[in-house]
Amino acid sequence: MYLNREEEKILEGDEGEVTERMFRLLVRLGDIYAADKMIPVGSVQVAGVSYKSIGDPGTEFLEDMASKGAKVKVLTYLNPAGMDLENWEKIGFPKDFAKNQLRIMNAFKSMGIVVTSTCTPYLAGNLPRFREHIAWSESSAVSFSNSVIGARTNREGGPSALAAAICGRTPNYGLHLWEKRQPNIKIKVNTNLEFNSDFGAIGYYVGKQVKNKIPYFTGIKDANTDQLKALGAAMAASGAVALYHVEGLTPEADLVEKKGLETIDVGKKELDDTYEKLNTGKNPDVVILGCPHASLREISTLAEKLKDKHLKKPIWICTSRVMKEAADRMGFTDIIEKAGGHVVADTCMVVSPIESMGYKTTGVNSGKAANYLPGFCKQEVVFANINKLIEVQT
Amino acid sequence: MKGRMISPGKTKGTAIVSKEPIGFYGGIDIETGVVIEKGHPLEGKSVTDKILVFPCGKGSTVGSYVIYGLKKNGVAPKGIINRETETIVATGVILAGIPCVDQIDIENIQDGDTVAVNADKGTVEIIR
Repeated sequence: MYLNREEEKILEGDEGEVTERMFRLLVRLGDIYAADKMIPVGSVQVAGVSYKSIGDPGTEFLEDMASKGAKVKVLTYLNPAGMDLENWEKIGFPKDFAKNQLRIMNAFKSMGIVVTSTCTPYLAGNLPRFREHIAWSESSAVSFSNSVIGARTNREGGPSALAAAICGRTPNYGLHLWEKRQPNIKIKVNTNLEFNSDFGAIGYYVGKQVKNKIPYFTGIKDANTDQLKALGAAMAASGAVALYHVEGLTPEADLVEKKGLETIDVGKKELDDTYEKLNTGKNPDVVILGCPHASLREISTLAEKLKDKHLKKPIWICTSRVMKEAADRMGFTDIIEKAGGHVVADTCMVVSPIESMGYKTTGVNSGKAANYLPGFCKQEVVFANINKLIEVQT
Repeated sequence: MKGRMISPGKTKGTAIVSKEPIGFYGGIDIETGVVIEKGHPLEGKSVTDKILVFPCGKGSTVGSYVIYGLKKNGVAPKGIINRETETIVATGVILAGIPCVDQIDIENIQDGDTVAVNADKGTVEIIR
């Protein structure tokens, strides 16, 4: 791989030990994946933030970097943490967990990383442009930025994204290259998708089928960004889809080569079967929405539906701090709390320790959450659309 | 068999083979090295000190930290063999120092085979 003089100097230790070590990781990845050179990145999003996800080994790794004075070179955001960073005590997150989570946040902050913890950075002030090279890592954020925005990122691991932030660069390979962004399978959707959970279910099904391929969807007549967010998140969780195209809706769909692709048909039967498959439990102890983090539109929808209702069992909606501020100001938070729900910021159900908070069955409308909760939170899952989930909690 | 070095080193051990991709985050317990993903062909089995063979990674990008954590906690596999190693697994094995080779025809490796991995040369040898 070609390295310019400045980059060679990083390897000689001119920018300190941590930058050198992180740059070596990037050069290594570049060599493996046959990158021709390094390219500057416009922004970074770092995964591996929850204490539950990275544990003591990850925490010590980050603290070590911070103590050696590592600093990021570009706008860098964080993935959700394991708890609401402001209201953790009120919501009932365990104290010892909180202590460790705050150690992690301090390490990130001292590296100059914006400690707005969200899997939807594009809704919270970190918005790349079409064709901008970035290094993001949360799998649904990668999918959204590549597919819906048309920015260019590989699926970075937590540490490789951090390395890109500290070095301001990433190796030029994979989805940074136009020829690698071409679809290699066609998905023909033959059924109406109404609820956001329908998009999550289709995404879950397709991700299982196509694994790490690049699907080109036809037959999706309309979808807002919340629905595309749900679709991409589920495909990235059940498979490793980092980029998809939707005819008529996503920016690269008209530009890519889609002749002669193998086609998978997805209809009502596949949709119904997926709902059935993802339902492993009955009677949720808690319903958790906002995976990926809810937009203001999703919070307002919930508030509208909960107005003057009293929940027998709680509903959480997870979101970024930025969206919560707006929801507070609009009175949505108030309506949701009066009904017995919570607007939870900075965290989500997958990375928070819900299994140790007494919950055994969780209701979700997200294909991604339904994918992760059984393994990672030892939860039985009720997967349904928002109306049904509210019905069972009231 | 000749493949590509992802992370250097030499090791030898018993193969544990998954025909399905593995997502380390939510898929393998960081404390015990046991596969916890519901319905996964390796569910309930330990990857500790084995040569872990699977086609490719999947799922969350936090997987790199899980691989690093498995090593720190002393419950990591000895080596990893893939058909195609993507960035998440590659970053994890490089940081953790676990020998890893990809571009290997993994269908040739059976569960329980003794396998020698020479990642420096990118080779995998089945010792039967």
